[in-house]
Amino acid sequence: MHNVLLLSMQFSQLCIILSMLCCVIRLVIGPSAQDRVLALDTLWICSMLFILLIGIRFDSLLYFDIALIIALTGFISTVALAKFLIRGEVIE
Amino acid sequence: MSELPLFIAIPFVFFLVGGSLVALIGALGLIRLPTFYQRMHGPSIIVTFATISILIASMLYFSTTQSRLVLHELLIIVFIFLSAPLVGMLLMRAAVYRDLLKKNTRDISSLDQ
Repeated sequence: MHNVLLLSMQFSQLCIILSMLCCVIRLVIGPSAQDRVLALDTLWICSMLFILLIGIRFDSLLYFDIALIIALTGFISTVALAKFLIRGEVIE
Repeated sequence: MSELPLFIAIPFVFFLVGGSLVALIGALGLIRLPTFYQRMHGPSIIVTFATISILIASMLYFSTTQSRLVLHELLIIVFIFLSAPLVGMLLMRAAVYRDLLKKNTRDISSLDQ
């Protein structure tokens, strides 16, 4: 029983790492700037999921706060980058 | 990880594996789809389905191991559901604006020649 839980945890961590790798590839090859911003936003979300999985695996509630802060920061950075793409400046 | 009883472990593994597989599918969609407007749909499945599944698995696990009701993952769910449409709308508006700008400058430069 414990082996099945550990195996499913390793499998889901592998899947999240592969999706982060896909986001990094799109971040590097992305033809336009908005592709890169979209890939960066997805990378924030995937890293938040990965930290949640680490928290489950190490059986600690502390990682939840890190995941919440990462979600907040990712939202703010994506909004700032999208506004930069529209206007050419962040604060006007 | 600590041991879980069977009636918790089955939905836990289901939500965990299902959520991570959906995250992988969404990231593959981010790579493989041809245009930007189609690529917007890949990450939205990560933001909604995969995040909710993994957070429900986390709620199940910590509610069992701490032997009390742990519901603070709902904070992340509410915040993600408030912020994801906003991010999508801003990025889409930026993409439309930049595409129109590029098209207009191309038309004007072709008029000059």
